[in-house]
Amino acid sequence: MSRAPSFAPLANASRLAWSDIPESPVADLVRATALELDRGGRLCAWFGVAECDATRLVAIVAFDADNTLAAARSLPFTGSYPALTVTHPQAHLFEREVWEQHGVTPEGHPWLKPVRRSDGTAPANGDFFRVEGREVHEVAVGPVHAGVIEPGHFRFQCAGEEVLHLEIALGYQHRGVEAGLIGGPHRATMSRIEAVAGDTTIGHATAYAMTLEALADTEAPLRAQWVRAIALELERLANHCGDLGALAGDVAFLPTAAACGKIRGDFLNLTALLCGNRFGRGLVRPGGCRHDLDPERAATFAARLNTALADVEQAAAWLWDAASVRARFENTGAVFARQATELGLVGPAARACGLVRDVRYDHPAGWHRVAQVPVAVWPEGDVFARARVRWLEIQRSGQFILEQLAAPPEGDLRTGLPAAAGECLTVALVEGWRGEVCHVALTDAAGQFRRYKLVDPSFHNWSGLALALRGQAISDFPLCNKSFNLSYCGFDL
Amino acid sequence: MFVLDTLTHRLKRGCETMAYPQGPAPALPDRHGGTLRVEAAKCPAGCDQCLEVCPTEAIIQPRGKGISLDLGRCLFCAECVNACPHGAITQTGDHRMAVRRREDLVLGAPGHEEVRLAAALDEKLRRLFGRSLRLRQVSAGGDGSVEADLNVLGTIGWDLGRFGIQFVASPRHADGLVITGPVSRNMELALRKTWEAVPEPKIVIAVGTCAISGGPFAGSPEVRNGAASIVPVDLFIPGWPPHPLTILDGLLRVLGRLGNDQAPR
Repeated sequence: MSRAPSFAPLANASRLAWSDIPESPVADLVRATALELDRGGRLCAWFGVAECDATRLVAIVAFDADNTLAAARSLPFTGSYPALTVTHPQAHLFEREVWEQHGVTPEGHPWLKPVRRSDGTAPANGDFFRVEGREVHEVAVGPVHAGVIEPGHFRFQCAGEEVLHLEIALGYQHRGVEAGLIGGPHRATMSRIEAVAGDTTIGHATAYAMTLEALADTEAPLRAQWVRAIALELERLANHCGDLGALAGDVAFLPTAAACGKIRGDFLNLTALLCGNRFGRGLVRPGGCRHDLDPERAATFAARLNTALADVEQAAAWLWDAASVRARFENTGAVFARQATELGLVGPAARACGLVRDVRYDHPAGWHRVAQVPVAVWPEGDVFARARVRWLEIQRSGQFILEQLAAPPEGDLRTGLPAAAGECLTVALVEGWRGEVCHVALTDAAGQFRRYKLVDPSFHNWSGLALALRGQAISDFPLCNKSFNLSYCGFDL
Repeated sequence: MFVLDTLTHRLKRGCETMAYPQGPAPALPDRHGGTLRVEAAKCPAGCDQCLEVCPTEAIIQPRGKGISLDLGRCLFCAECVNACPHGAITQTGDHRMAVRRREDLVLGAPGHEEVRLAAALDEKLRRLFGRSLRLRQVSAGGDGSVEADLNVLGTIGWDLGRFGIQFVASPRHADGLVITGPVSRNMELALRKTWEAVPEPKIVIAVGTCAISGGPFAGSPEVRNGAASIVPVDLFIPGWPPHPLTILDGLLRVLGRLGNDQAPR
């Protein structure tokens, strides 16, 4: 039987006419998506588009080994459809989200409850999964935690010290980012994107800029792509360095904890040297960048970067040298490669399970087509592996920036953007420091956003943390949590 | 041998905590720009170039009057500074911008060109909190950046503990709250409960533009446009996010611990 292909291929940071995306009845879309996932695809995004009173589902699948993406959509429908989650757990949160946003029910979904919907002054959490038994007790933590950190609720089912199950309920940080983008870009849109996840400002801002550039069928000048690539790695350095320090702190290894806290600040200050803001706000704009790295500034930048890299090298050496650290990191919070694949984990959390999965390598766009960073992988899937991948990435990002500083491209920093194309869909992926940042935009006839889907890497990875806790002592939760270090606001949007 | 290593390293590096506030304040990054100075008197009639570039509509121009810029809504992107051909909006390079009253962040009118910096707490509160202030932090829709820079104040370079200021785990142990984020609807209940759990007398500090006005999220139906809509706020520290130095200045200022405070130059 021959039939039209159910998915249309596209590349990162490119656009497709909405009408060129194959459409099929929703049950067929679910079946076709399942087939693509079975043959090695990965679900980047799964979301609804309102159409009169009905809903279309859109699937974006990544084939990492083939360096391609693919898009498909359903015909408009109402009511229910057969859940993809039943066979492919990586769709689990996406389908809850679609149900919450559009009121269509994924039939057979094993755990259908709100993701971030409000019931007035708190999220509508619904019932939590409970393990029954006389020896079982429940521990509830949050939303306000014992530290300077964002809010979320954790519900543990424990037998003594051992965690049998952890359910993570978020939504406290929901600010209405996606809904606010409809009809945009608006005046505050760029700033809102920069604050989707404050520690991933460059990642999200770059994905947004790439989206607008793809819609305008243009690119930022090379010089701007170069600056963005440097800023992206700097963001990775600051956060990975902070995470190594925090992990050290959680096992009471103070030398590295103290040193990395300070060095992280040195990396943030390098971002400030580039653009004035320690988190990179105001740097990336559609069509280019607002601040340049002239030769004199680049020389200062390189000198300070070398110092910070030498410092973090020293601080990390203590960490890897200490048997007490290894004893706490190894075999704690392990996730197997097969689980990571099924859950669709991304970023360092996935690479620490041995998965070769990195947007910079699999779906290069912008400057990464010109300059590559080796993918850092470690096989064990435990806290040690997640720390180790971070360390490898610190070394490689540092090296990458130094290499780029030595060979700056000439040219303008910013270009004007032509009008955005109407009735088009774009996909922009950026490897943020936590993993894949995915922005999918659909424009209306006037080129305004009809739908804008944001997927922060945390959206994929929170389930990984829940799984990592199974069979662990509850006292290891802080350590496991830190080893993932996921974003609450990036998830809650 | 990491023990020997770390000890030698510590000896070599010496004390890494900054001299401020005894010594001079560390310089802000040159592209940071610091707080703004707004002189509406310099605006010629009919000019509204700054109004159009502001992402959060922090600049308004009431009919027939000069412009006014609300630093509590400002994202410090400097688009207005670049857009203004008359030098009416300028960067001062000054990190100090914490105020006690919301209206002290509104700049522009003659006599109100710059922020009216925070006064210290009254004598009674200063005696209670001046040398020991325990704070509970609540992120209510915060994006993690202000939270990160609050954590930075605890690192060896800043060492907030030397001022007797500490972030604590329970509101019951706290003298006040530090609130970040625009206050998402979904955090309203948790914020209210945390505030109620802090024993009297207590203070509330809103850190960051989001916590003061909602920042770029102002107007979203999912947020409450800042902390003051839920609880009374005693100190506003603007910035997106504020530089750690700006936060530290605000905390020390309200505790009356900045003696002969001078504009940094």
